[in-house]
Amino acid sequence: MATIPSELPAAAAAPSALRRSWLPERVRGVLLAIAFPLALVVIWHYLVVMTGTRLVPTPYQVGVMMWDFIFGGIHDDAFSGTILSHLLASMQRVYGGFALAIAIGVPLGLLIGKVPLIRQMLDPTLSLLRPIPVTAWLPLSMIFFGLGPRSAVFLVFLGAFYPILLNTIFGVRSVDIRLFEAAAMLGCDGSRMFRQIVLPAAMPSIFNGLRLAHGFAWILIVVGEMTGVPTGLGSVIMDGRTLSRTDLVITGMIVIGVAGFITDRMIVALNNRILRWSPQHHG
Amino acid sequence: MDEPAAKPRRQFLTVRDVTKRFQIGGTTVEALGRVNLSIDKGEFVCLIGASGCGKSTLLRIIAGFEQPTSGQVDLYEQPVTGPGSDRGMVFQDYALFPWMNVRDNISFGPRQKGMAKKYVAEITDEYLHMVGLEKFADRFPQQLSGGMKQRVAIARVLANECELLLMDEPFGALDAITRESLQLELLEIWARTGVTVIFVTHSVEEAVLLSDRVVVMTAGPGRVEADIAIDLERPREVSAIDFNQVRRDITQRLTSHVVRRDLKAVA
Repeated sequence: MATIPSELPAAAAAPSALRRSWLPERVRGVLLAIAFPLALVVIWHYLVVMTGTRLVPTPYQVGVMMWDFIFGGIHDDAFSGTILSHLLASMQRVYGGFALAIAIGVPLGLLIGKVPLIRQMLDPTLSLLRPIPVTAWLPLSMIFFGLGPRSAVFLVFLGAFYPILLNTIFGVRSVDIRLFEAAAMLGCDGSRMFRQIVLPAAMPSIFNGLRLAHGFAWILIVVGEMTGVPTGLGSVIMDGRTLSRTDLVITGMIVIGVAGFITDRMIVALNNRILRWSPQHHG
Repeated sequence: MDEPAAKPRRQFLTVRDVTKRFQIGGTTVEALGRVNLSIDKGEFVCLIGASGCGKSTLLRIIAGFEQPTSGQVDLYEQPVTGPGSDRGMVFQDYALFPWMNVRDNISFGPRQKGMAKKYVAEITDEYLHMVGLEKFADRFPQQLSGGMKQRVAIARVLANECELLLMDEPFGALDAITRESLQLELLEIWARTGVTVIFVTHSVEEAVLLSDRVVVMTAGPGRVEADIAIDLERPREVSAIDFNQVRRDITQRLTSHVVRRDLKAVA
């Protein structure tokens, strides 16, 4: 059984053309990505200098604050050299709530997407609860979980839960029905169908949900840490506001941005690894 | 002494009085109106007809993906109630599992049976070889051409030891050269494995080239119009005189009916 030459996929020839221009393309990309924020910083600096405002610090002052927040030795106040404890506290809550949202959202989404009975039973309730802003749960969550980190975890969970749930349901419902038929005729059924077909087929959509949810998780940590916890990046920002230390507020914002960015890259790397079968789903 | 009584041959596949109605919106569409058919083990049967004649619906009922509105399909005198490993469908759009490489797609059926790893690997290698894809075992379906994907789909159901290969216009989306080579490969595989094949197509030439029997179906509602044995010797040559005679004969049966119906519709 000879293979017909015309059948060789064209994809085999493509990568070499891409590889030739790989390095310059990458350098160009990095330069372009840096140019824009750099311009923003310059504009920020001159706006502060020109208006002479004392409410907003210059980028340099924020830089000094960041140095002090990381290494200490400049202001020598309650925030000097404390970045690690705040960052770790926030990360624990963010990833705790995020992990909880995955652990509940993905299996529930698979079930709602695949089993009509469960969909009919749960979907109306979940749809009714969904439009309620997470921040509206704040008073109740403080009653349920007290003034502490558990309340923050709950809020992060709530915020991350819906993107994961909805994307999982969508992922399951958009699976080509023939894949289920093919699996069934090959002797796959019941819970094996979930593990071997439903979950991997919904994976591209689930990862969309994870990335969205991870973003919400970091957004909500600031709200969550308003509930009177002593540590965490959210509480640093709230303290900065109370103390009129805008440099501290912006420093906290930047740390959250960087931490969120790094985690997002990690999720994308995991996405590209797990979805290596589907290049168009690579982030 | 009595002669040992000839063992009554067990019927392989029988379709008895099968009808199918679909509800689409508020209207009922009659897709199949009372179809009877019986197929012997090892036969290669083509279902042919214009689109909408219910040939794919019939195939899906035999596969167990659809339930007939009335009537029954029996395999080895046991009623078909749902999809099963004894019947393997090859879809026109392949329906390979995109997250599994070629090897894992082919070994999917054997793995469901909980066979030992070594045995699964043996079977997979055997069928990879049969469809000539050893070199592509680690590729994902997205990295394969249409012809290669369809080879994987065929290997996947054969590795599952299906006895009845159901093919729903499997080569319809392929270019002419690839289609021709796959037709020959399929005949080779059929001869080698002795698998029974029901092959849906709308190409008369394909039907005459491949099958022992051509079942002509007509629409409105779908039913069997003619059941024609193809006695041409194998391997068949599409340009031979007797081949063309058979092809013309079947084409006439198909078109005369279509024209009759169209005229009726106009009048």
